[in-house]
Amino acid sequence: MSQNITTHTDKKLPLQGAGGADHAALADIFNKDEDRVNWHDETLWWIRAKRDLSVHKIPEWEALRDTASAIKNNVLSNLNSYLQQFEANAQANGIVIHWAADGAEHNAIVHSLIKKHNVTRMVKSKSMLTEELHLNEYLAENGIDVIDSDLGERIVQLAKEPPSHIVLPCIHKKKEEIGELFHQFLGTPAGNADPQFLTETARHHLRETFLSRKVALTGVNFAIAETGEFVVCTNEGNADMGAHLSDIHIASMGIEKIIPERKHLGVFLRLLTRSATGQPITTYSSHFSKPRDGQEMHIIIVDNGRTVQLGREDFRNSLKCIRCGACMNTCPVYRRSGGHSYHNAISGPIGAILAPNLDMEKYADLPFASTLCGSCSNVCPVKIDIHDQLYKWRQVIVQNGYAPTAKKLSMQAMATTLASPFAYHMAGKAGRLVMKYAPFALNNKLNPWYKQRDMPKPPDESFGEWYKKNRKAP
Amino acid sequence: MTVGLFIPCYVDQFYPGAAIATLQLLEKLGVNVVYPANQTCCGQPMANSGFEHLTGGCNELFIKNFAEFDYIVAPSGSCVLHIKHHIHDEKQPEKAASVSHKIYELTSFLTDVLKVTSLPAKFPHKVGMHQSCHGQRGLHLSQMTELVAPYYSKPGSLLNMVEGIELIELNRADECCGFGGTFCVAEEAVSVKMGKDRVADHLKHGAEYITGVDMSCLMHMEGILNRQGSKVKILHIAEILNGGPLNP
Ligand code: SF4
Repeated sequence: MSQNITTHTDKKLPLQGAGGADHAALADIFNKDEDRVNWHDETLWWIRAKRDLSVHKIPEWEALRDTASAIKNNVLSNLNSYLQQFEANAQANGIVIHWAADGAEHNAIVHSLIKKHNVTRMVKSKSMLTEELHLNEYLAENGIDVIDSDLGERIVQLAKEPPSHIVLPCIHKKKEEIGELFHQFLGTPAGNADPQFLTETARHHLRETFLSRKVALTGVNFAIAETGEFVVCTNEGNADMGAHLSDIHIASMGIEKIIPERKHLGVFLRLLTRSATGQPITTYSSHFSKPRDGQEMHIIIVDNGRTVQLGREDFRNSLKCIRCGACMNTCPVYRRSGGHSYHNAISGPIGAILAPNLDMEKYADLPFASTLCGSCSNVCPVKIDIHDQLYKWRQVIVQNGYAPTAKKLSMQAMATTLASPFAYHMAGKAGRLVMKYAPFALNNKLNPWYKQRDMPKPPDESFGEWYKKNRKAP
Repeated sequence: MTVGLFIPCYVDQFYPGAAIATLQLLEKLGVNVVYPANQTCCGQPMANSGFEHLTGGCNELFIKNFAEFDYIVAPSGSCVLHIKHHIHDEKQPEKAASVSHKIYELTSFLTDVLKVTSLPAKFPHKVGMHQSCHGQRGLHLSQMTELVAPYYSKPGSLLNMVEGIELIELNRADECCGFGGTFCVAEEAVSVKMGKDRVADHLKHGAEYITGVDMSCLMHMEGILNRQGSKVKILHIAEILNGGPLNP
């Protein structure tokens, strides 16, 4: 199980299977290379710092966040009517609408559209949703060749890895490693890791792709109910190139991507890239409202567990997410464990509250991969209470029986001791309570505290004992 | 006004100095302080591990010990936050609610209730202040770097009343140290890495002492400092505000 993260076998699959390594184990592997951790942490911190600089230039920033959150609240409370309004308006514009309950349905729709046009190749841009639905593997199994056209996505595709970040998919890769991949797959000279050169090479390589693919798939950042159009935000313009040159444009969107009116877009566009990278706005915010003459345009509206999450009162706010990635950049755990340690398409704090909704057993570890520091909730442009949801997921996961037995037993012992002053004082005397039960008792084989940290030196007497001697009893 | 002093379990057992300083400091400021002998723990270690349903006994005991006081004060942001947000008791909901309203973290009690403007303390050293997340982001003890809002710091304003103290600036003003309760053992690798980085930021800026409002974060950083053989010491903020560590 541990090799998966370092050797990257053929398949682009989540890194944890049933019974596979959990976040702590994968993070432990990542931390074997401290220089890489430092570099990963500093790169992402630099982006977080850019975000801070840019948002502090906007005095109304917190009001914008409140507004965005309120718009999304409205959306989540009236999702069905906005979706129907969107469908009707999009159809009136000549767009074909499909509904998919889950990944299997979505992937089958994409496949049938490709088959109908008798091609075996597709170009794709800006879609984390298709990562969530494992579209690439599905199409590969059906003989369809998919090229991810965004540079970062393309790099992880060549490396046969999943993206490690929703906005910066190959942030875990150093430029030397990218140079090596390009050397191997695109024939660039060995040892050349000049970012400018590599980007140029990728551009040439992808240009051929755009010209020769008839089918293009993009994601959707915002779908506007009022007009039936959708907006795709990119920095490289690849989504536009793919979509404009194709005979058929398929857009995949989760049901939560809807916003009511065009005027609301300004709020989200101001928040999105400032939160993501500190840019004032994405280089391209492309509106797609109808197919051009001779082109087909399809939108697949996907549920895949979202209505279940909508029904979980404590967690429905997670559907407000606009996928800016700010919570990952700021997360001190993410920065030091890497995106792959979350073994899920969406990593980081937001992934940790979305994933257990899809499979509580498989992702039972993720809500615990946090110190609950709360930085994620503070940067989130739509004010998702991420760290509070992490706390609540922990309760739900334990209640549903996904806690390890050893942990259950030690927690029970601790609860009993701490509920009784007598037992507490006895335990304290017998070996200093905390050493006996918490948090060290969770692992009996080794003491994970002591591995890289000294234990506190036990004092001669506890405060309680000191107080009894030095102050009158109340 | 009578204040019930809540000393979290691990402070009671491992860091009595921080508790004594808290008590002495409050007494110096003229507060009538009582330490109920039968207290144990706020219940947070269970709750944050997903076992909030096992905290009933702790909650009941806490309410029994503290419901009668005008205020409850504790030298720990994290435990105070837990009591504020999560204490509940179906049999006596009003008492549970009143406890959660009356509890204060030490520095916010000093600034918001006692409105302290000067302190008889001297500490001529370079000190790094660790902003513990639960106190800062949970209890709003100081402004957070993520938010677009004016700067303030309750612990910082108190430390600035100490004669001779030199507070150092950090590169990352409010990054988490990685303690995180059971996180520190369940996610040992990341926790230690976070702690090492946090400590390094203080060392880089010449700290002789690292202080903060949460002994748990400090315990974690102390463990790392000691393992590295560093001479830099940790001190709970109460000890500095009380004029330095106790001489036994
Ligand atoms: S949860 Fe918030 S911060 Fe994280 S990606 Fe989504 S919108 Fe951005």
